[in-house]
Amino acid sequence: MSPPALSLAGLSVSYGRTPILRGLSFEIAPGACFGLVGESGCGKSTAAFAALRALPPAGRVTAGQIGIDGQDVLSLSRAGLRQLWARRVSMVYQDPSRALNPTLTVGVQLAEAFTVLGAPDPMARAEAMLARVQVPSPRRLLAAYPHQLSGGTQQRVVIAMALAKNPSLLVLDEPTTGLDATVEAEILDLVDALRREQGTAVLLISHNLPMVARMCDRIGVLYAGILVEQGEAGEVLGAPSHPYTARLVACLPGAGRRKRDGPLQTIAGGLPAPGAALAPCAFAPRCDRREAVCLSTPPPERWTGLHMALCHFTPPFPAPPGLSAGAPAEAGARPVLAARHLSKTYAGPGGAVRAVDDASLTLAAGETLGLVGESGSGKTTLARLLLGLTAPDPGGTLTLDDAALGPTIRSRSRNDRRAIQIIFQNPDSALNRAQRVRSILTRPLVRLAGLSGRALTAALSELAQGVRLGEAHLAMRPRALSGGLKQRAAIARAFAGRPRVVICDEPTSALDVSVQAAILNLLAGLQARDGVSYVFISHDLAVVRYLADRIAVMYLGQMLEVGPAEDVLAGPHHPYTAALVSASTAATRIRLKGEMPAPGAVQAGCVFQANCPRKIGPVCENVRPPFDPDAVHPVRCHLPAGELPRVDRRLAGANS
Amino acid sequence: MTQKLFGSFSRKRTSFLFGLLVLAFWVACAFVGPFVVPQDPYADDLMNALAPPSAEHWFGTDQIGRDVFSRVIAGARPILSVAPAATFLAALCGTMLGLVTGYAGGWVDTVLSRLVEVILALPLIVVALLVLVALGPSSLNATLVIALVFTPIIARTVRSAVLAECKLDYVPAAQLRDETALHIMFVEILPNVLPPIVVEVTVRLGYAIFTVASLSFLGFGIQPPSPDWGLSIAENYGLIVGGYGWTVGFAALATASLVIGVNLVAEGLQDAAR
Repeated sequence: MSPPALSLAGLSVSYGRTPILRGLSFEIAPGACFGLVGESGCGKSTAAFAALRALPPAGRVTAGQIGIDGQDVLSLSRAGLRQLWARRVSMVYQDPSRALNPTLTVGVQLAEAFTVLGAPDPMARAEAMLARVQVPSPRRLLAAYPHQLSGGTQQRVVIAMALAKNPSLLVLDEPTTGLDATVEAEILDLVDALRREQGTAVLLISHNLPMVARMCDRIGVLYAGILVEQGEAGEVLGAPSHPYTARLVACLPGAGRRKRDGPLQTIAGGLPAPGAALAPCAFAPRCDRREAVCLSTPPPERWTGLHMALCHFTPPFPAPPGLSAGAPAEAGARPVLAARHLSKTYAGPGGAVRAVDDASLTLAAGETLGLVGESGSGKTTLARLLLGLTAPDPGGTLTLDDAALGPTIRSRSRNDRRAIQIIFQNPDSALNRAQRVRSILTRPLVRLAGLSGRALTAALSELAQGVRLGEAHLAMRPRALSGGLKQRAAIARAFAGRPRVVICDEPTSALDVSVQAAILNLLAGLQARDGVSYVFISHDLAVVRYLADRIAVMYLGQMLEVGPAEDVLAGPHHPYTAALVSASTAATRIRLKGEMPAPGAVQAGCVFQANCPRKIGPVCENVRPPFDPDAVHPVRCHLPAGELPRVDRRLAGANS
Repeated sequence: MTQKLFGSFSRKRTSFLFGLLVLAFWVACAFVGPFVVPQDPYADDLMNALAPPSAEHWFGTDQIGRDVFSRVIAGARPILSVAPAATFLAALCGTMLGLVTGYAGGWVDTVLSRLVEVILALPLIVVALLVLVALGPSSLNATLVIALVFTPIIARTVRSAVLAECKLDYVPAAQLRDETALHIMFVEILPNVLPPIVVEVTVRLGYAIFTVASLSFLGFGIQPPSPDWGLSIAENYGLIVGGYGWTVGFAALATASLVIGVNLVAEGLQDAAR
């Protein structure tokens, strides 16, 4: 039997004196795919770098062995290591725009990969390689510069470069984070196909559990630099043998779970800080199954066949204490916010660009409208139009409680302004880093709620308690807070003026699943308490499904479909919605033709026709499909209602 | 930032600390120099003119017998009053201008930025000379002219920093809670753009010292009988060929060390701000 493509045995890595990895051991068989999952800060990326002996200067392997194709990597000389890197292993990082040289054409960069190998006619090989990663018109692409390509195409080029040497081991570090759902699905399909074709072993590192489960044969779960569980992918996520994995899986808003089914599971506490002393079982302080032995004796590696868990106990683990579920808010009938025929046109270099094209929506009190679409679909511009941060084109109307709402903030009264607030995607950008949390929260209480003196102090502590921020957090600057706490501060700020409508712009996309669950619970709880309405923007359908009562799907500035959440997701729905839904399931992935066109390129007809797998014919190119925003579930498509697609969602809950 | 500057040892920090030491020395001279110098920097002694360095006159004497050492030490005061005052004034105006143009955008930005570019396009010394000829040479006028010329440069730096801040979401968040433009500019944005402003101002201080020395040398800056270094060089440079180098050399060295000291500090700040 041939040696494993990668074998780690007791690998420990430190940065300076801070241990990051502690005794990591696993093997990847030739041609197999191994997934390494864990929350941010658990040492995933360090493991990736260490496996290839490509640690930054401060990193040091303190113990253990690394074998690639049976070769001891740690004993290799500089020259031997270079040979290994040049010929046998490849790595693909998260951000493809940083992996490509912006001053060289794709052809030159890709040909270089072949030149290094001494292959004849590198340019022709580069073109052939581009064809294999399924880019449209590879020849044209050779002459393009990286910045002219979309993120998905850039990542394809990086993958082409990585596979040029036909490596025996490919390390992928969060390869699709930051890409749209349909693009992510395509990239993963591509990696999977090429892996089978070339027999390349893959180490896939990600925080996205469902994605890893779909891609990998085996999975390892990393906690504080320790591999706490490993085994066959379906088994680890389907029947976890370690309490941490069990809780992590329970945090996912999968399996069609809705907010009325109760809050999501969370994991109390956080990862131990790097360098902090660990309990004999690193997870014990956060574990429900904890007993005295966990704090006195290190847990044994408990093997069941090829499944390992680092725990004193065997499943089933006790169900975590049920979270008290406040009844979810009942959506009222009366519309709070209504938008009619909102458009926003920007002057672009190639003519006018319609960022938002004739969007209409209504939002009832206590209701959540999920706004789904890929980057460039106009979701954020629509949010800015509702907030009044951007003035819409003349012709559109906005009403708040049936009274006309000014198009810009300046034209709105203070009461109207406090009625609509936003939670931004990135709290690092949304919170002023020069201020302490206390002043970040106090200011809107003064400006919007008009409070002062004792009432202000009382309101501040009530506001902080509402999002579970302590007195100590108020005295800190945002930089000193974790991602979850920062987002709590941002949420508190949005709620300071007792808003009627809060726009949530991907509020959990930068967070780990356990933190995401806590934030989603918080949002659902605040909605139940205050009866506030949400416009919830997200690309993660599982998250939207959990929180949303209705869903609107946007593409190239237009709303393609609006309706009750279950109806939109279950279908029959718009061909684009079908593709989106299928991208997050393993069953039957619907392929889109080509990429989303640049905004403004579409003049007449349906905005989706160039990519539509269900295109009928000329009517799609020439006639705008009808759309009645006042219907219960309008779909902007020429297909007769009876022929609209329906995705087989048998596996849609596979991520549970 | 403080921790980065004074933390553990490194070559960069050594040069920053050295620069700081040089600067501190000259600042101390500017404050107390005139009171501690061994001899009156203004007292002439024609009997002792052009004496070479000796135990009595460490740096020798100039052509009317004034003690060069005392004049070099006392000379820190005029240059270190004009240059920092001019830089501070430019920093104040430049920061305001940069904040307004960067935050307001639109036609305000277009008009003010073009104006800034016009001033930037003019050669510094020529403008300064022109204005000083019109207003008459004096320390105050030199201060005002240098401030005028430096304002657009600082404004440009501040504007680009403000533009980057305006892309962050805390700015629309402030607009959404009904803050005035003044509040957003000065309370929300300004603290976040202070590090680049501090760096720019320190760099400008180096240039300002150089400019003051040049203007004084040309006779348009600080006026005699001040012991100012540029002035001293101008008064004595003809004597170098006669072998009386000490009358010029020490003032030149003093100017150079001050400029280098300020630049080392600026470099250190720049690294720390990154």
